[in-house]
Amino acid sequence: MNLLELYVFVLAAFVGYMVISRVPPLLHTPLMAATNAISGISLVGSLIAAGSARDQVATILGFIAVIAATSNIVGGFLITDRMLRMFKSGSDTKAGPR
Amino acid sequence: MRDTLIQASYLLASVLFILGLRSLTRPDRARRGMQQAAVGMLFAIVGTLLNHTIVDYRWIAGGLVLGVIIGYPMGQWVPMTAMPQRIALSLTFSALAATLVGIAEYHTEIAAGVVPEHTRMLALGFEIMLGSITVGGTIIAAGKLQEWLTSKPVTYPGQNVVNGAIFLGVIGLFVYSIVNPSAQWAFYSMIGASLIFGILLVMPIGGADMPVVVALLNSYSGLASCATGFAIGNVILIISGSLDGASGFILSILMSKAMNRSFTNVLFGAFGSETAAIGAKSSAGMTVRSISVEDAAIQLAYAQLVIVIPGYGMAVAQAQHAVRELAELIEKRGGEVKFAVHPVAGRMPGHMNVLLAEANVPYDKLYDMDEINSEFDRADVALVIGANDVVNPAARNDKASPIYGMPILNADHAKSVIVLKRGMAAGFAGIENELFYDKRTSMLFGDAKTSLTGLITEIKNV
Repeated sequence: MNLLELYVFVLAAFVGYMVISRVPPLLHTPLMAATNAISGISLVGSLIAAGSARDQVATILGFIAVIAATSNIVGGFLITDRMLRMFKSGSDTKAGPR
Repeated sequence: MRDTLIQASYLLASVLFILGLRSLTRPDRARRGMQQAAVGMLFAIVGTLLNHTIVDYRWIAGGLVLGVIIGYPMGQWVPMTAMPQRIALSLTFSALAATLVGIAEYHTEIAAGVVPEHTRMLALGFEIMLGSITVGGTIIAAGKLQEWLTSKPVTYPGQNVVNGAIFLGVIGLFVYSIVNPSAQWAFYSMIGASLIFGILLVMPIGGADMPVVVALLNSYSGLASCATGFAIGNVILIISGSLDGASGFILSILMSKAMNRSFTNVLFGAFGSETAAIGAKSSAGMTVRSISVEDAAIQLAYAQLVIVIPGYGMAVAQAQHAVRELAELIEKRGGEVKFAVHPVAGRMPGHMNVLLAEANVPYDKLYDMDEINSEFDRADVALVIGANDVVNPAARNDKASPIYGMPILNADHAKSVIVLKRGMAAGFAGIENELFYDKRTSMLFGDAKTSLTGLITEIKNV
C-alpha cells in the first residue's frame, strides 16, 4: 500500500460524489444496477487469483470469485440496458411504433 | 511494454466508467453511455489477461463461461418487479468476489511462509470484514424482498446488545489480525463473525426500510472492492470501488433524508415493531367514506388535473400497466395526469419510476416530490394507489407520530382524494393515516389492479 493509491482513492471518491449526486431520482434504480455492473471489475483481482497457480486453495477461491464477478458484469450491464431502454419521453412514445 | 498496455486498458476503462455514470444524469443519453462503460469493462478484462502472473487459463476459462451462464438470465429474464431482490443478490456476488480474493491472497502468503505486512493486513482486513458483512446482510435482504423470509422486522429483547457485542468482537478480531498477521485463527474467525453480524444486522429491518439498507450495503460492497484494490495494488479496483461506494453513500443519505431518520435509527430502531406505534393517534370514533367504482370513475372522467401517487401496493398488485391505461384514457378525454413519486416509495431507490417506465409511462410525466408538491393545490383528484405513510399528514402535524418530520406528498391539498387500498390495515409504520378519514377522501377498497380495470371500463361508459 502506498501513498499514490491513497491519492487515487480520494480523487476517485470525489469525482464519484460529484458525478453521482447529479443523477436524478428517476434513474436511481438503473444507477444501482450500473454501479453493480461496474463493481464486477473485481473480476480483475479474481482472474489473477484463479490463474496464478501459486496455491491450490487460492485457485479454487479465485475460480468461484471469477464466476461471481462475471455474472455481475454480464447480468449487470444487460439489466441496466434493459431498464434504460424503457425510459422514454413523451415525444418518443408518440413517434415510436406502438 | 506489456505493463504499459495493461495500465492503458485500465485508464481507458476508468474514463469510460466515469463517463457512463455521468450519462445517467440524462435519460436520453444514459443508454449509450452505459454501453460505452461495458466496452471499457471488456478492455479492462482483456488487459488483465495479459498479466505476467497469470500462467494457467483453465480455471479462468471455466469461471468465465459459468459466470456468463449465470449472469445472462439474471440480466435478461428477471422481471422488473423482482428488481429489488435482484439488486440485493448482485451485491452479494460482488462482495463475495471481493472477500474470496482477499482470503486467497492471505492464504497464498501464509502457505508460502510469508507473514503479510501490517499495512497489507489493514487493507485485507477491511476488504474481508466489509465483504463478509455485505454478503451476510444482502442475502437476508434478498430473502426478505423475495419474501422467502418474513419482511416484518424480526426482534427479540436485548437484540441491540447482542449485535453490539458481535460488532465489538469483529472489530477486536480485525485489530488483532492486523497486529498479529500470522494469527490465522483470528483472521478466519473474523470472517465468520462478520458474516453473522451482517445477517443479524438486517434481520430486524422491515420491508419499507429496505431502500436505505440496500443503498448502505451497496456502499459497503464498493468499499470492499476498493480495499481489494489496496490489498493487491490495483488502481482500477480502487477507482471503481470508490465510484460504487460513493453511489451507495449518496443514495443512503437521500433515502434517510426522505424518511427523516438517521442511519442508526434505521439500523437499530426496528421501525414497525410494537413500540413504534405508541403515541400515534388512534382511529377510534373516525369513519371512512367508501366509494363505488362508478362514482370514482365519474370524478376521474371530469377532472382537469389528476395526480397519481403510486406506492408499494401498486407493485404488489402488478397494477402499473392498468395505471398507464387509465392515465391515457383520462388524457384522451382532455384531462391532465401527472405522477408523484416519493423517494422512498417501494422497496428500493427509484422503484416506482422503473415500474412505470416498464408500463410505457413517459418519464416526463413522472415528478419528484419537490417538483410536484406545489401542484396538489390545483389538482382535482389525487389518486393514491397502494401508498400510505408517504401521504400521511401526521408527518406534518402530529408531533407524537413516529413519522413526524418526514417529508410527504401533499395529497391532502388536492380538491378530492381517492385511495385505492386493499383494506383498512395500517401502513408499514403501523400508524393510522388521518388522510383516509378526511371528508374530502373516499376509499375504493379492493385489489388495485381489479379496481383500476373497473375504473377504465366505467370511464369508457361515461
